[in-house]
Amino acid sequence: MAELGVRVGPLELKNPVLVASGTFGYGNDCPELSDVNLIGGIVTKSLSMNPRDGNPPDRIVETAGGMLNSIGLANIGVHDFIANKLPELRRFDTAIVANIAASSVDEYCGVLSLLEEQGGIHGYEINVSCPNVKEGGLSFGTNPSMTAEITRRLRSLTKKCLIIKLTPNVAHVSEFARAVADEGADGVSLINTVVGMAIDHRKRTPILSTVTGGLSGPAIKPIALAKVYEAAQAVKIPIMGIGGIMTTEDAVEFLLAGATAVQIGTANFIDPSASMKIARGLGEYCDSNNIPRVTDLVGALKVRTDISLIHSWL
Amino acid sequence: MRQGFYRVESVREIAGNIHLLSLHAPEIASSVRAGQFLNIKTRDYFLPLLRRPFSVYHREGDSLRIIFNVVGLGTRILASAPPGDQLDVIGPLGNAFGVRGEYDEAVLVAGGLGIAPMPMLTAELKSARKKIHTFLGARNASQIVREHMEDVSVATDDGSAGFRGTVVELLRGRLRQAPYARPKIFACGPTPMLRALAVLAEEVNIPCELSLESPMACGIGICQGCPVEVTGGPRKYALVCREGTVFDSKLVVL
Repeated sequence: MAELGVRVGPLELKNPVLVASGTFGYGNDCPELSDVNLIGGIVTKSLSMNPRDGNPPDRIVETAGGMLNSIGLANIGVHDFIANKLPELRRFDTAIVANIAASSVDEYCGVLSLLEEQGGIHGYEINVSCPNVKEGGLSFGTNPSMTAEITRRLRSLTKKCLIIKLTPNVAHVSEFARAVADEGADGVSLINTVVGMAIDHRKRTPILSTVTGGLSGPAIKPIALAKVYEAAQAVKIPIMGIGGIMTTEDAVEFLLAGATAVQIGTANFIDPSASMKIARGLGEYCDSNNIPRVTDLVGALKVRTDISLIHSWL
Repeated sequence: MRQGFYRVESVREIAGNIHLLSLHAPEIASSVRAGQFLNIKTRDYFLPLLRRPFSVYHREGDSLRIIFNVVGLGTRILASAPPGDQLDVIGPLGNAFGVRGEYDEAVLVAGGLGIAPMPMLTAELKSARKKIHTFLGARNASQIVREHMEDVSVATDDGSAGFRGTVVELLRGRLRQAPYARPKIFACGPTPMLRALAVLAEEVNIPCELSLESPMACGIGICQGCPVEVTGGPRKYALVCREGTVFDSKLVVL
């Protein structure tokens, strides 16, 4: 049996597969259809200081090979999460990574501080890249100095694993990866969704209430691979690869591009046990290819470095 | 709620572009109630990406039936599914119509494919010994499906069958002629119809349950993609897939 354990800073994962924020509820939302003890970790729905209603309908539309969403960070708020969700999460044999979203630096710090007082949280993923809210979100994640400041402030508040979730909606994601690595982040996760839009030509209206939304699913996998590869060339801290991973082979491709772990997102909506199947599949993949440790795949991409075009973009 | 592969028994067109698909799904059939739905993956690949939600139309022994229009790739695949095909199904999902309760006459109102939950609802109402009246609205006569329903009155947009006009106008006229004894309305259909019906129910003070439709990604409450505005609580939205699809007409804002 191949060794599947990976490490992201101080966070040890029994295998490199997690469920992505916002795609699995708070972690215990469909026990009938999935067993979270089989995966490396759960990234919770984004938590803000106060509950958020989220955006008006329509919030979802399917597009070719993908889906657009504009949920708007609807969540129960950190207090309700601590009181009513965390006790059950503590019982699972998997890493719990709390995702935090906020509209100010102080709010990020406040939410993290509240969670830091609780047992049962193994790390934090900081959402500076939600495309569907007015304040915070992308206005933080597309500004490198703001992203760095958030990282610096949060780093001073915790020794647990601190991961910054990056947006692909920038020219060079490597710039952001470097900025957060320099401030002591333990890892980066990427990509969040790609800004996109769908139109109803009969009504002549946008389909989503917020006009634009975030594109996810297989349609964005090539973008995600390119961004993960770019970030992997720029920083030494571990990367969690996210973006359209539906199968074991997709996950392997992200590891080859330089990700230490992967997060499964949209696939959970179609098959709530997709992440468990991919975790098991990675073990089988390693075994059948005589790969002793899953970490042997990380960054193992063979690239001809004599072609200058590649590096002019990176 | 369970996920499994279930065998297609048959698919046939029962009215203009309205297809009836029968699935052998004993585990779901034994627990499903009227108003609940199935979320079906139409093919073993990611195009179309998401599952497609369908109200359970009718149950017969171990078989469950759904009906649908062919509107896109997913429903086109289902309409041509050969008998013996195995479909990946999650269900039963959502809440159900409140069949039990303090009323005597059930008034069923459906517009277009809103007929989907009505045959199963009719069967449950008959078991509960309620008197049933059914009002169906359709674009034209070719779109009328009335099997497994009771005391059916029809409205069509073009007058090619029954009353010419909307099904809500038809019901309004009927209520004016003679009131029902302790009635309750059960409805499913397009949002404008449900909105008009909620207004009517409020005017005549009849309790009314609406089964809502919404775009959704997961069908099980994890994507938060199917909100409907609700009144009378601290929250602004409820999720159609998990807290519905059936809501009291007084508690939703359409």
